[in-house]
Amino acid sequence: MIRLFTKGPLIFLILLFAFTTASAQERIVSGKVTSSDDGSPIPGVNILEKGTQNGAVTDVDGGYKLSVKENSVLIFSFIGYTTQEVIVGSQTSIAISLAPDVTSLAEVVVIGYGEVQKKDATGAVTNMSNKDFNKGVLTSPQDLIVGKFAGVSVISASGAPGASSTIRIRGGSSLNANNDPLIVIDGFPVDNASLAGVSNPLASLNPNDIETFTVLKDASATAIYGSRASNGVIIITTKKGAEGKPKFSYSGNVSAGVPIKYVDVMNASQYKSLVNTLGQTGVSGIDAAAIAKLGNASTDWQKEIFRTAISQDHNLSVSGAFKKIPYRLSYGYTDQQGILKTTGVQRNSLNLNVSPTLLDGDLKLNFSAKGSHTATNFGDAGAVGSAVAFDPTQPVYDPGSAEYGGYFSWLSKGVTNGTANPVAMLNQTDNQSTSDRIIANAQGEYKLRFLPDLKLNVNVGIDRATSDGFNRAPLTAAFVNNAGTLVGRNNTYIGRNQSELTDIYLNYTKQFGDHKVDLTGGYGWQHFYREASNTDSNAATTKTTQSKSENFLVSFFGRLNYTYNGKYLLTATLRNDGSSRFAKQNRWGLFPSLALAWRIKDEQFLSSVGFLSDLKLRAGVGVTGQQDIPNQYYPYLATYQASDPLSQYQLGSTFYTTQRPNPYDANIKWESTTTYNIGLDFGFLDDKITGSVEVFQKNTSDLLNNVAIANGVNFSNFLTTNVGSMENQGIEVTLKAMPVATKNLTWNIGMNFTSITSRITKLNLTNDPAYLGVFVGGIGVDAFIQNHQIGYPAFSFFPYQQVYNSNGLPVEGLYVDRSGKGGTVVGNSLNKYHFRKPASDLLIGINSRLTFKKFDFSFSGRLSIGNYVYNNVQSGRAFYNGTYQLGYFSNLPTAVSDTKFVSQQIYSDYYVQNASFFKMDNLSLGYNFDDVFSQKLKARVSFTVTNAFTITDYKGIDPEVNGGIDNNIYPRPRTFLVGLNLTF
Amino acid sequence: MNRLNYINMKMNLRRRSAKATILMVIAMMSCVSDLDVTPIDKRFATASTVYTTTESYKAGLAKLYAAFALTGQVGPNGAQDVAGVDEGFSCFIRSLWYLQEITTDEAVWTYPNDANGTIFNLHYNSWVPSDGIPTALFARIMNVAALSNEFIRVTAAKAAAGDVTFKQFNSEARFLRALAYYHGIDLFANMPFVTEADLPGAYFPKQAKRAELFAYVESELKAIKADMGAPKFEYGRADKAVCAMLLAKLYLNAEVYLGAGQKKYTEAITEIKEVIAAGYTLSPKYANIFLADNNTNPEIVFSQNFDGARSQAFDIVQVMVYGNAGNGGWSGLRTTSAFVNKFSTLTEARAIFAKEDKGQKLAMASVSTSTDGYGVFKFQNVTSTGATPASASTGHQDTDYPMFRLADAYLIYAEAVLRGGTGGDLTTALNYVNAVRTRSGDVTAGNAPGAITSGQLTLDFILDERARELYWEGHRRTDLIRFGKFTGGTYLWPWKGGVKDGVAIDDKRAIFPIPAADIGSNPNLKQNTGY
Repeated sequence: MIRLFTKGPLIFLILLFAFTTASAQERIVSGKVTSSDDGSPIPGVNILEKGTQNGAVTDVDGGYKLSVKENSVLIFSFIGYTTQEVIVGSQTSIAISLAPDVTSLAEVVVIGYGEVQKKDATGAVTNMSNKDFNKGVLTSPQDLIVGKFAGVSVISASGAPGASSTIRIRGGSSLNANNDPLIVIDGFPVDNASLAGVSNPLASLNPNDIETFTVLKDASATAIYGSRASNGVIIITTKKGAEGKPKFSYSGNVSAGVPIKYVDVMNASQYKSLVNTLGQTGVSGIDAAAIAKLGNASTDWQKEIFRTAISQDHNLSVSGAFKKIPYRLSYGYTDQQGILKTTGVQRNSLNLNVSPTLLDGDLKLNFSAKGSHTATNFGDAGAVGSAVAFDPTQPVYDPGSAEYGGYFSWLSKGVTNGTANPVAMLNQTDNQSTSDRIIANAQGEYKLRFLPDLKLNVNVGIDRATSDGFNRAPLTAAFVNNAGTLVGRNNTYIGRNQSELTDIYLNYTKQFGDHKVDLTGGYGWQHFYREASNTDSNAATTKTTQSKSENFLVSFFGRLNYTYNGKYLLTATLRNDGSSRFAKQNRWGLFPSLALAWRIKDEQFLSSVGFLSDLKLRAGVGVTGQQDIPNQYYPYLATYQASDPLSQYQLGSTFYTTQRPNPYDANIKWESTTTYNIGLDFGFLDDKITGSVEVFQKNTSDLLNNVAIANGVNFSNFLTTNVGSMENQGIEVTLKAMPVATKNLTWNIGMNFTSITSRITKLNLTNDPAYLGVFVGGIGVDAFIQNHQIGYPAFSFFPYQQVYNSNGLPVEGLYVDRSGKGGTVVGNSLNKYHFRKPASDLLIGINSRLTFKKFDFSFSGRLSIGNYVYNNVQSGRAFYNGTYQLGYFSNLPTAVSDTKFVSQQIYSDYYVQNASFFKMDNLSLGYNFDDVFSQKLKARVSFTVTNAFTITDYKGIDPEVNGGIDNNIYPRPRTFLVGLNLTF
Repeated sequence: MNRLNYINMKMNLRRRSAKATILMVIAMMSCVSDLDVTPIDKRFATASTVYTTTESYKAGLAKLYAAFALTGQVGPNGAQDVAGVDEGFSCFIRSLWYLQEITTDEAVWTYPNDANGTIFNLHYNSWVPSDGIPTALFARIMNVAALSNEFIRVTAAKAAAGDVTFKQFNSEARFLRALAYYHGIDLFANMPFVTEADLPGAYFPKQAKRAELFAYVESELKAIKADMGAPKFEYGRADKAVCAMLLAKLYLNAEVYLGAGQKKYTEAITEIKEVIAAGYTLSPKYANIFLADNNTNPEIVFSQNFDGARSQAFDIVQVMVYGNAGNGGWSGLRTTSAFVNKFSTLTEARAIFAKEDKGQKLAMASVSTSTDGYGVFKFQNVTSTGATPASASTGHQDTDYPMFRLADAYLIYAEAVLRGGTGGDLTTALNYVNAVRTRSGDVTAGNAPGAITSGQLTLDFILDERARELYWEGHRRTDLIRFGKFTGGTYLWPWKGGVKDGVAIDDKRAIFPIPAADIGSNPNLKQNTGY
């Protein structure tokens, strides 16, 4: 059926070609459009003959040519500039100078299945175009918007090149289901399913190709995406071609990344003296035999594994029109080294956009293909932790250990569980993948000639990602051993994720006097398919696992935008979503939304208030859904799972592949989130200062939650079912100001404030008040430091309350008896308490751009207040008994002297540390050359520091820890970058 | 264009768009039906496709057996059966072993942070309802019940129709459910109760009292025995002898489960005689019962089977082989001096310890110091000829776990006779005890412990002899309770009650609390007294 259907719309498009008629002869007008502030030509300006669909776009030199009727009116519009109307009269040449529009009120923002003028938006929608993106090392689209949007947090998982980022819009609304926002690239909602060998699926898109980022936050904006919109929607559009002569541009940079900080551990002589001291009292079981195992070297293991990472990035693009068909073709090459030796990413990307307009402008087509080929060397990030722990008295290389490739290993001292030599881990591991991704779609917008207010849109596309990788280590790799036997490693994998999409919708726009109606209705279909095969092999075992899964989403949707008198706006949307994850009776979810907006500034009574240039009040409510349960595609079906070759069971002399019934919930259904949003947009002093305030509440109910169920009633003790609810409330403030705007000097400053509180309101089936909640945040073998509990934010820390002595030092093993039951405090979770959380209370993003003549200087930074981190680097290592265990030595963080703990105290709240911070993400200085060699060539050189500095009291090396548990994360580097942009 | 043309075009259009509309509608309808999906992954079957042949039913039966030994459908860990816990701890016989051994003089565990920092509560006899390991075992017991119920349902029709194979399959599933519930009776006393009549869903099962569950398990075992296979018909399968052995254990402990005076020693003797008569013989050498080729050992009545290459888990045998103190591994397990001192001489064949020569000390200054306390080298992944199995490089063992074996049956016989059961006699009892103490291979090697006299055959002797013979096999806590030496202060061992030299513990600790997670997810469950 897929084949039939993907052909269906094509046939339909072909049918549309039939409706062509010739156009009449008129007068030809030409001219040039320039910017009023510097007189530079503006390419890409839209020119429209008023009341018709006749139009043109300026070329790279700002020139245009258009045939129009006499006495017609031309409308010149361009994002970021004030729209102008000009009466043609008898003119044949019209030069236009457009004034920059600082507020961009005329700006068009893309919304789901359409676009709307920003002044007419009723929901919480914010957008940003490429001129405002972050500068610096940008390997992934997320990097462009870090700190730029109120209510949007972007945290990279680590400093590894190509590492994934977690994006959260207004906090997560689910506990177990996916909390990622829906990402729509050029009208294609992309699948974010993981793929082996791809750490960041979004990184396949070259950030240099991105034109705009739009974030839809409240339900009235997102509900048109219904089932996938509970966590917000990010709409990305890529750059398109403009009519005119081919315009070439190059941008590139070379950068050097350096480690900022190391974990402070003891050096060899400090360590030796510690071991001798401990040995005198027998702490950690250190005796003469143990001390004899110390080496004579002095190794700084962290320095051995890190390096200065040299990277480069080059992008070349050409855009123009070929036989009136606008195109843009770009190629990008990124070669990024990681600061951890052997790690790195290389990406080649190719992006093609062709947007012909046919049938006298009645049929607009857009073909877009984004392809990339990425090679990643993952190395072994475990070396980061090993380097912190490794005995500094041991050498990196041991000439006597040829059987271990010449690297020192504790195996040579008869110890099988010793820390792995981090240098050997990096040099002997060969852990690489190559991945390819192509996102291709064709969109058509056909304006029905007999009813020009009605437009038919068809969007068909495919998103296909493949990967192929391996993770190998030779038989001499001491760190790959089974109970002391060297087995080596040869793991290989391939995977493919694919989705196909068809959207068909009609849009009808009509003005009846004071009433303006904009109606959209349509149908969407998307199929998701994933397959993977991996073979884990070593000298002892070879095992191949193959997996396949698919799911479908089918949707019907509609939207009404109604405007009265240009001042009173209403948006209503309705979406009916079907998901193959649910049984027939629960399959369809209905997701409505309603929003109202009032352009108060346009009222008569405010017309005389001069300092106020804009005022709009918005209010909306809507319901969105969630069906994306990670890795579960048939949760309602009774299924059986066969055992793999390593979990067969022997009866008699036969080994049986066993069959297990899997737990299932025949009644599982949609999780739904109701969002209430009130927003106020304002502008002062001719929009020199603009901003908005949003207040929202998100209530999620019927959480798709993997919870403990009554034992014995299903085939496991945990079941994914609809249990629980949570609330997020928040306030967001966005401010933009242009304090200085003169010919030579302009200064723009932007700030955004986000404060979100979240709490769980229902968690299990019984509402038992004594229920201890769900333990999460693993820090060891079945050891947890976080907890979901009613009345608290998700992932709250859940430690024992440390008792301190009169000198302020923590008393080892002594905790407050919070349950009041007496006896041993440790070992009874009733004595634990909810203490802090990883999420920030207040997040402030600040960015500024200063232009003086040909110089420009910009920065962007973030202030995060009230976020806490569990310092697992300290709790895991900073205790004296950890010095010598199981026959080998481990280094200790010098922080051990802060606590003087002898035994490990991993559940102490001492380790839940305030990680509030200010980070200067980017500092950038640029200079523009106008006429280099010729008038045509323009150049910009820039110098940027990324991750420039951090101000924090946090005791670990980086306070920004996704998830809140800091355990030897691949550190984020500081990067110095020199960039060059050329256009000609 | 003139008006006529316009109308013409409109009609044309209508026809064309009608065509297109039809196309679209067909396409949409077919795509709505796309939402009906079934698994395309070969690893998954649906209830309607999984059982086709008798062999495929046996794959379902094998899962019920595997549920005691392995932990999930991906070895050694992955796709775990019981969630919310480290997968290794979710192993039935591992968590059972922890509750039966680490709570006693026989075993200690080194790492205090495990099981969310609650594992030392086992040593210190200070467990609380939220502890990880008891929670894991409770869930596993009920998991076996749920899996068995499903298999009992799917085989019911064919069994009722008189198919002998299916009757046997059905009976084995009922046996395994009874075995799981037996441990529920022993450890938690009062359990949620589900049978094949309870279909899978989301409801709150009723709680069965200890005596109700006792009656149910007894009646089930008696009902199915006739339909079970003849003794030893297939290695690893439960047969008539296995069923009789479980009944004997149930009866032997009846006074604990049902209250003092509820003596069922006579019934215990009847059942254990059936086991003894089933044709098992003692292993000539004690050590061989616990080695990689123990699947051929003549003494084992019922075992959980492992294979280094094909049946892997982080099960208790894997832990005893690789996680033992003194062998250079990760040194999780040791034993106390109270237990070691049960042996009059450490040269006897059964005292298989890692001692000072392996860096271990007998005394235990600290539970978390891996060198305090002897290691136990009883379970090994080498064969009786000293060969290392080819699969040893996987880090998993071929050694099976002997849940029931003949020496245990002999000692049950002797104990039931000493406790006044009829149908047996003291002479036979003494013979059985001495047979256990004078295994021919150990006598030849000169390190058999030697025969005892009838005067030495006392109940106290039986308790100590069971310790010497059956240590680290998952029986100790039940034995100490039956002899009144687990709770209270009549018998102390290092770190009992959390004190280095041992201290009396409350009688409530003879049963474990119902896990907090279960109280939280099933309002029908009442907490056990004292917790």
